[in-house]
Amino acid sequence: MTGGPPGAATLQSWTGGGVLLRRALHRERVRLPVTVAALAGTAALSAAATDALYVDPAERGAAVGAITASPALLAMYGPLSGDGAAGALALWKLGVLGAAAAAVVAVLVVVRHTRAEEDGGRTELVASAGAGRWAPTAAAGLTATTFAAGLTLVTATALAAAGLGWGGALAFAATWGGAALVFAGVGLLTAEIAGSARVATTLAVLGVVAAYLVRAVGDATGGTSTWMVWVSPLGWGERVDPFGARHWWVLAIPPAVALTLLGAALAVRGRRDLGTGLLHARPGRAEASPLLRGPVGLAVHRERGLFAVATAAFAVVGAVAGSVTSQLGGMLDSVRMRQVVTALGGAHAMSDAFLVAEFGLLASAASLVVAAAVLRMAAEERSGRADAVLSAPVGRARWFLAHLGVAAAGGLVMLAVGGAAAGVTHGTATTGTEVVRLTAAALAQAPAVLFVACLAAAGYGLARRSVPLVWLVVAGLVTVAELGPVLGAPSWVLDLSPFTHVPHLPGGAVDVAAVLATLAVAIVIAGVGAAAFRQRDLA
Amino acid sequence: MSADVPADVPVDVRGLVKRFGRTAALDGLDLRVEQGEIHGFIGPNGSGKTTTLRVLLGLIRPDAGHVRVLGGDARRDAVELHRRMAYVPGDVSLWPDLTGGEVIDFLGALRGGLDVARRDALVERFALDPTTRSRAYSRGNRQKVALVAALSSDVELLVLDEPTTGLDPLVDAEFRRVLGEERDRGRTVLLSSHVLSEVEALADRMTIIRRGRTVESGSLPELRHLCRTTVTAELAAPVPRTDDLAGVHLGEVRGRVVVCDVDPAAMDGLMRRLSAAGIVRLEVRPPSLEQVFLAEFAPTTREASA
Ligand SMILES: Nc1ncnc2c1ncn2[C@@H]1O[C@H](COP(=O)(O)OP(=O)(O)O)[C@@H](O)[C@H]1O
Ligand SMILES: [Mg+2]
Repeated sequence: MTGGPPGAATLQSWTGGGVLLRRALHRERVRLPVTVAALAGTAALSAAATDALYVDPAERGAAVGAITASPALLAMYGPLSGDGAAGALALWKLGVLGAAAAAVVAVLVVVRHTRAEEDGGRTELVASAGAGRWAPTAAAGLTATTFAAGLTLVTATALAAAGLGWGGALAFAATWGGAALVFAGVGLLTAEIAGSARVATTLAVLGVVAAYLVRAVGDATGGTSTWMVWVSPLGWGERVDPFGARHWWVLAIPPAVALTLLGAALAVRGRRDLGTGLLHARPGRAEASPLLRGPVGLAVHRERGLFAVATAAFAVVGAVAGSVTSQLGGMLDSVRMRQVVTALGGAHAMSDAFLVAEFGLLASAASLVVAAAVLRMAAEERSGRADAVLSAPVGRARWFLAHLGVAAAGGLVMLAVGGAAAGVTHGTATTGTEVVRLTAAALAQAPAVLFVACLAAAGYGLARRSVPLVWLVVAGLVTVAELGPVLGAPSWVLDLSPFTHVPHLPGGAVDVAAVLATLAVAIVIAGVGAAAFRQRDLA
Repeated sequence: MSADVPADVPVDVRGLVKRFGRTAALDGLDLRVEQGEIHGFIGPNGSGKTTTLRVLLGLIRPDAGHVRVLGGDARRDAVELHRRMAYVPGDVSLWPDLTGGEVIDFLGALRGGLDVARRDALVERFALDPTTRSRAYSRGNRQKVALVAALSSDVELLVLDEPTTGLDPLVDAEFRRVLGEERDRGRTVLLSSHVLSEVEALADRMTIIRRGRTVESGSLPELRHLCRTTVTAELAAPVPRTDDLAGVHLGEVRGRVVVCDVDPAAMDGLMRRLSAAGIVRLEVRPPSLEQVFLAEFAPTTREASA
């Protein structure tokens, strides 16, 4: 340790921060670069692909007009920067959503290195070794700052390489970095306020969601509501207007706010005891509910929070997608826009193509959530909680399949709710049949989601250490599904992804054999994983 | 299995080997626990106690050796065996958003229900607040939750991995009483520890391991044969010579006070010699387990000091 002898460090000090920072960066040496590459790569690919679709300025103008006229689109993605300038249209869909993603990553990073360390009892260890009180917070903050800076530089470089001007590229990338910075500050503060890492993460992520929704209302209503865009940290990026007026000074707001939040976090930290938060846990039940009886009950209890949030998000996205489709008229006047939409979904009816694209997106998102739920088994094993269950009369296969089953069921519920919500807002006279039709259409993606669930479970079943690899594979499948068709990937690449083999409804053909084959392969994979899990050591 | 081993031997392990990568955590370990006893399983940190217990639970697979638990195969018969045994891990980790009471009931439900009256009594005796969420529990409280869950289920064999680490002295004492009651009810207990006094007071028999091998096994009186009694005597006359007595190891002489370690066989000869010089005050300390332990683990220092 760089600190003096134990006890010599004063309470309010940064001593040992350098060591902690190096350790934190080491722990993030794979995760953060991969995240940065994924975000920057997505932006660059979108810039390259979308601009190729809009060679004619007139058609560009038509698309711009359609977007600006639709409150639903404005709410979902924010306004276009600089009347259809190069890059603006390409990155329109990514601006706010990418910023939100960067914000969530920043939250996860800072909580992982502050509250989660404290929950694990390691902060106490570090403190007793002479590290100052402020050192963990500072190290986590600097780790997140490194992420934000890296994201900004890499994304800007990637966009410039994709053919955008350096000014717009840098300004756009900086809106992502700024969002990461602000929410790193939010995460540092909730880490001090909350009593546990889980609560800290939840509070800060709710902050991201709130910021997204506040600016959504501001953008959709426009006019006098622009103040709602200004109060939302995710609205600042829009105000930078990276491809239009380019207000660089707005980019000074995020660092200033982040520093203020850091100060607040340190103030709380100085005042509270290690291992506690400002929010005190309420006492709970003294006896378990009858539902909490076996591995399934436990898995439901563990995952219900995740699935509740995800299902709510699916309901919102589904509803927005449904209402957007009923406003597609103006937007689809452009031949090029028509091509954009059909490129996303195939040669179906226009509004159906849009829904197919949205349901595909929902299926990708659902498979990520389901994979996260399945891979919770790894955390159960690592913590020793799996030992507690498996040293009771519970077979390994039963425990394994309980987690897989609960995760899969959660994925189905999410898809069904997303589809039903789209049906409610899409249909007018025939709402009932629309709900049934679109619920079924969304559920047609289920085999792909189940496939990802089984694949994740099998990876875990083979070896707990394979979990990072499992995430890479899942991310690869989702990326191929989302970007492969747009980028014209060769068909053998597309065929690797289960999302290619499910019916693309509404409108597409239903290939029963392909569906059954996907499900059969999924079951075999899960069976192999379960068998391997029964044999291997728990560690 | 061989016919001379009765099916009801709770734990019968011979020549157990378990490797993690290239290091052998267990290297030919033997462990036999008899029906109805509290068996102390002792070794320094890293000697392989937890690894052995996890093999018994079927959580990890042995590389070699003979392992029978309650007459069954730890891995193949895991589910049936686990109905008859309960395990408290060394480092108890609980579900952070469940309360202690919920965890106890959940683990009980996995076994098909627990004795509610017994659960309530144990919660009371261990001074546990069952409404606190697990994330707020100290290590000792997490340990109590796991102990209550294990002790209030109706099983034949309790496997406890360093169960008292983190318990405060009052609860520790209560835990010893409870464990004595469990033995009286006919349960078998396998209790690992590096806290020797705890095992010394509780265990009927014990097994001492070191670096994954069994060093000694037996009851405390049996193990005491291994070890020298410490005799401190104040004499009326100058201290006589003892270096001609085999088995007497002179510690120090301060004026007319002599301190020495004595092998059991040499006690009689030493006493005659001392009483000839006139004993004013005599203190005879039987070997504590601590000394047995040190004798096993530091034979060279012992030799050097003798
Ligand atoms: N999962 C594992 N992977 C690698 N080494 C391990 C693992 N579990 C235990 N060991 C090693 O095996 C040895 C015995 O450990 P353990 O059984 O935990 O000892 P004890 O419980 O007596 O302290 C130690 O050297 C430990 O480092
Ligand atoms: Mg241990």
